[in-house]
Amino acid sequence: MKLAVVINGSPTASQAATTALRYIQAALALGHQVPRVFFYGESVHTANTLTTPPQDESNLTRRWQDLAQQHGIELVVCIAAAVRRGMLDAREAKRHEQTAGNLAEGFELSGLGQLIDATLNADRVITFGGKQ
Amino acid sequence: MSQHARILLVLRHSPYSSQIAREALDAALTAAAFEVPISLLFINDGVYQLLPEQQPEQLPAKNISKTLPALALYDIDRVYAAQSCLETRGLPLDHLMLEVEVVDANGVAALFHQHQHILSF
Amino acid sequence: MVLHTLNSSPHSSCCLADCLRVISPPAALILIEDGAYAATLSNAALFLDLAADIDCYVLQPDVDARGLSTTLSPRFTPVTDTGFVELTLQYERVQSWY
Repeated sequence: MKLAVVINGSPTASQAATTALRYIQAALALGHQVPRVFFYGESVHTANTLTTPPQDESNLTRRWQDLAQQHGIELVVCIAAAVRRGMLDAREAKRHEQTAGNLAEGFELSGLGQLIDATLNADRVITFGGKQ
Repeated sequence: MSQHARILLVLRHSPYSSQIAREALDAALTAAAFEVPISLLFINDGVYQLLPEQQPEQLPAKNISKTLPALALYDIDRVYAAQSCLETRGLPLDHLMLEVEVVDANGVAALFHQHQHILSF
Repeated sequence: MVLHTLNSSPHSSCCLADCLRVISPPAALILIEDGAYAATLSNAALFLDLAADIDCYVLQPDVDARGLSTTLSPRFTPVTDTGFVELTLQYERVQSWY
């Protein structure tokens, strides 16, 4: 089956992005497809290339990058939610005259149409949220 | 995109203390712009979005209740609000920012079952 | 057929009460993250009025993380991440309470 995953919780103030990651790994192991993950709300911070956890802690951003690369998953970050929270790719950084972008490789900024599209084309949709 | 898919957006959060209420409405308007049939359910603290006379300018914040009429412009007419949540919070049923269909607990349960997908906010 | 997921402790938020007010068969409930705290014996009374035909689950990694594995209520069946995925396939749609 095709699963659409929406994440709506902060990577540090909630478990949304970590539970979702494990869920997707399990789904893929069962042979299901997860073509796209949509990062909305506070979860956009998952895509921060500057994420630097202590050496003895796992790097969630890196784990998402590895998962996406291994399985060809689109990691789409809502552009409006991202930019308002200071998550910019190189193009948005230039557009808004910011010093640099900070979107990690493997993630892409795009519009809410991607969320709707993923939902409509999926057999199942699940949202992982967190405290707002 | 299938025109038969129907999505229920469940709006559980109050406005202003976080972005989730606004971002849920943005998702709703996007779906509408793509002519995807959607329904909205205001439930729990989400019903607070419907209060009239919101004046968030001092915070400062954008007035979410001013976005609500845009739903009608996009032909989003399947808008529901949970009766017990409105009543518990003392909201004036006849003076909300949006025309809503008030549903009881059974009605809410039915909404969940009737839609192909649920987007939970 | 609706799978309800719930991720907050019943003592810190009203998500559980909100969910229980409207959950109705055919449906199942899976407690994840801090929702696992609700699956303990000491919280069993919270579910007395829940329809018997609503199957209840709790996510094992969250149970283990929090040290709850020996105090779970028999109402809740622990499931792995794989079990969680299988539940979302079995039930046609998911409502996440957070």
